[in-house]
Amino acid sequence: MNRKPSLFSRLMTGLIFLFLYAPIFVLIIFSFNNSKSRSVWAGFTLDWYDKLFHDQMILDALYTTLAVSVLAAVIATVAGTFAAIGFYNMKKRWRTPLMTVNNIPMVNAEIVTGVSLCLFFVAFFNLWGDFAHWVNGAFGLQLPEQLYLGFGTMLIAHITFNIPYVILSIMPKLRQMDKNLVDAAQDLGCTWMQAFWKVVVPEIKPGIINGLLIAFTMSVDDFVISYFTAGSSTANLAMRIYAMTKKRISPEVNAVSTLLFVTVLVLLVIINVREARQERAAAKQRIT
Amino acid sequence: MKKTVSLTLALTLSAGLLAGCSGGSDPAGSGSSEKRVVNVCSWGEYIDESLIDEFEHETGIEVNYQTVPSNEELYSMLKTGGANYDVVVPSDYMISQLIEEGMLAELDYDNIPNFSLIDDRFKNLSYDPENKYTVPYTWGTLGIIYNSAMVEEPITSWDAMFDPQYADQVLMINNSRDALGIALMDLNYSVNTDSEEELRAAYDLLAQAKEAGVYQAFVMDEVFDKMETGEAAISAYYAGDYLTMLETNPDLKYVVPEEGSNWFVDAMCVLKDAENKDEAEEWINFLCSTDASLKNMDYIWYASPNKEALEQYPEYYEETYGEELDPELYEIMAPPQEVLKNCEAYLVRPAATRTLYNDLWTDLGILA
Amino acid sequence: MKKNKLALFSAPYVLWMAVFVVIPILMIVVYAFSSAGGGFTLENFARIGDYMVVFTRSFKLAFIATAICLLLGYPVSCFLAREGPRFQRVAMMLIMLPMWMNFLLRTYAWMSLLENTGLLNRFFEAIGLFDLINGIFGTNLEYFKMINTQGAVVLGMVYNFLPFMILPIYSVIVKLDHRLIEAARDLGADSATVFRRVTLPLSLPGVLSGITMVFVPAVSTFAISQLLGGGKQLLLGNLIEMQFKGTAYNPQLGSAVALVMMLVVVVCMTVMNRFGEGEEQAVML
Repeated sequence: MNRKPSLFSRLMTGLIFLFLYAPIFVLIIFSFNNSKSRSVWAGFTLDWYDKLFHDQMILDALYTTLAVSVLAAVIATVAGTFAAIGFYNMKKRWRTPLMTVNNIPMVNAEIVTGVSLCLFFVAFFNLWGDFAHWVNGAFGLQLPEQLYLGFGTMLIAHITFNIPYVILSIMPKLRQMDKNLVDAAQDLGCTWMQAFWKVVVPEIKPGIINGLLIAFTMSVDDFVISYFTAGSSTANLAMRIYAMTKKRISPEVNAVSTLLFVTVLVLLVIINVREARQERAAAKQRIT
Repeated sequence: MKKTVSLTLALTLSAGLLAGCSGGSDPAGSGSSEKRVVNVCSWGEYIDESLIDEFEHETGIEVNYQTVPSNEELYSMLKTGGANYDVVVPSDYMISQLIEEGMLAELDYDNIPNFSLIDDRFKNLSYDPENKYTVPYTWGTLGIIYNSAMVEEPITSWDAMFDPQYADQVLMINNSRDALGIALMDLNYSVNTDSEEELRAAYDLLAQAKEAGVYQAFVMDEVFDKMETGEAAISAYYAGDYLTMLETNPDLKYVVPEEGSNWFVDAMCVLKDAENKDEAEEWINFLCSTDASLKNMDYIWYASPNKEALEQYPEYYEETYGEELDPELYEIMAPPQEVLKNCEAYLVRPAATRTLYNDLWTDLGILA
Repeated sequence: MKKNKLALFSAPYVLWMAVFVVIPILMIVVYAFSSAGGGFTLENFARIGDYMVVFTRSFKLAFIATAICLLLGYPVSCFLAREGPRFQRVAMMLIMLPMWMNFLLRTYAWMSLLENTGLLNRFFEAIGLFDLINGIFGTNLEYFKMINTQGAVVLGMVYNFLPFMILPIYSVIVKLDHRLIEAARDLGADSATVFRRVTLPLSLPGVLSGITMVFVPAVSTFAISQLLGGGKQLLLGNLIEMQFKGTAYNPQLGSAVALVMMLVVVVCMTVMNRFGEGEEQAVML
């Protein structure tokens, strides 16, 4: 594998990247187009960016997307960390079936997860309606009798499909961890709580961070599950865009995506440059 | 120290989660004290959006405006549950169905004084014979829109929607009632038939055309883009939307085919479970005022049932744009009696026919 | 004792799974066996027979898309693994980056490219390709028909899911122990043999995981076929979506289709993983 990459391999890699990026370039270019057309160039303008910042619907959708993604990613990371540690310390007899259930949302088609949660929420709302009605009647309380799909249900759905990814990224780190570390810490006088915070968590930190990032990415990009669980009053950016593809896509959406894209690009570049620098510094230290 | 911080964090998060659960119902606002809201679900490109701002400004009620592509999809959304619309704007036949299934609330017309401005010919229509549930929003015809630069001779018949000569140039409408209705009209059957034989004949006509590659795509509001750019040559859609497209592409023509067509009324209704009924009625009242109707008509090009607005529109157009409204366009928007005479409204069909519609529609969908 | 205490950490999540994973799936099962009125029925499954053509179409297109992803993704993963570390880092970043731009929007951009009056056809016309072809073959070609075909749907699948094939394969190949390959070479194996006997078997977990990650979303997509297939090439996802939120409301039938699809996919994946003797967890990202 040490051979130099051939011209052919470089060419093929290049073509793949062209394939991946061609539509993105089209999107970005047409966010500056001075007309609503998606395929005829009518001159340069920044109007769509200006309009974007006055379009409440798109801004709300952007806000919903970010709010759901941040909340879901953080909650899923915390819950997933505990769950992973729990699973890891379980007898295999218990762990294997539980891990299988844990894998369901990852292996299952998104549409099945979405539909099943939608059916579940609606059935629960009906039960709740009867229950609340009875309670309100019997005890004179003011429980809401009618619940709707909305931000809350979408958040639950996102957490549900995020946790398995978090567990998946933490598990290998747990396996790499020296099993005796926890025991050693406890022998040295730590309570098991202290052992957990001072030994286990630092050991698996890269896995936790990785899990957080994966969860956040999955949430930001999710359309199908949100589509079935968010109901009518809430919409994330993906749902808004889908609704728009059914009539006309406003170039404002191109603009908002371009902005997101550039933001992520800049972030990734910064992270990469920093990592590269750290690695080089570490390498230097090793040499000296 | 660190431990406490993390614990607090975890606790706040779980609290947030619980709040999230119960907050599921909240965006609608549970009524009285806080912000007043109305949740509206309508079709795409179906309102002058500045009217929403105007209404919000005037009344302080926040409008949560959503759209859905077709009557059938609206029905699915409502039946699946969990949607919290207050006002919906279905078409005639769907209104009857919703009334029949007890999904609409009776309106308090005292809260909708502008209802008196509605032309009498749009009151007490068959879908709501005693006019207890609805306030009409727009009306118009279904017809063929075609690009005169892309077809050889003028189109006059529904036959064009099934003609292999136009392979890959035709956009069929993507809902069962209109699509099967078009086929029924082409076969000179009533659009309100319950005969399985006639409906199957209509299905066969569509299926043959689909298999012959006549249809470039099945579309609802995607039609705007495709007709405006000349991506497709022929489509069946609504008169008002044709006039919108015409602004961008002057080659487009509209025709109510010689076999006759469908004329429809879309009306505003309030759902039975609506949490914001008062706000909903205020919204409805606002939209049927003459000023709002004029403004809306000018933007969406669908005719208003408001008598004054309909009569004043040519004047309004002249004042706004400084040129006369082409009477031909006005007739497309608000067709005269002799055109309507040749058109039939969709009436709600019994459950058995509706199931047949759904089954035929799914069957058509799975064809290659 | 200590161990069991830590095992309790997973208790809340086990409860969560029971409520939000297991019960919802049971709901699908219940719906699939219910009639609209609520009684038990097998009619929904009887009707699935009529939709066999959708099953075959979905599985066919998803299979083709997965095969193309594998044929493109595997060599590219190998090539990338050979590059210098900086190149690899940038390349991985470039592969992940598109995921941050909404997939519907990217797919919609393909629409602008592929339409009859789209950018590609305009480009071909501008360079005189159609005149050339018409001149040679005496045809009357005005555009290439690309949008609203099965080909366009497959293209959309490949485009959207290719990164899911490259990432797991790459992450396995890049960790391969080079000494094994060198050893094989020293023992006289030629390149083809090295690939067949060493590289391929060792990268199999990545390949299997890639196949799963491409095939499952491809077989169940409804947005891609809606956008690039013009609503004509109904796939399983469309069929299900139609019954819940679309133009033919019938959640019982939708549930039955979803249930059967789920079972078929599970069977396919199990067979495949047996065949590959997959590890407990195939490699991800």
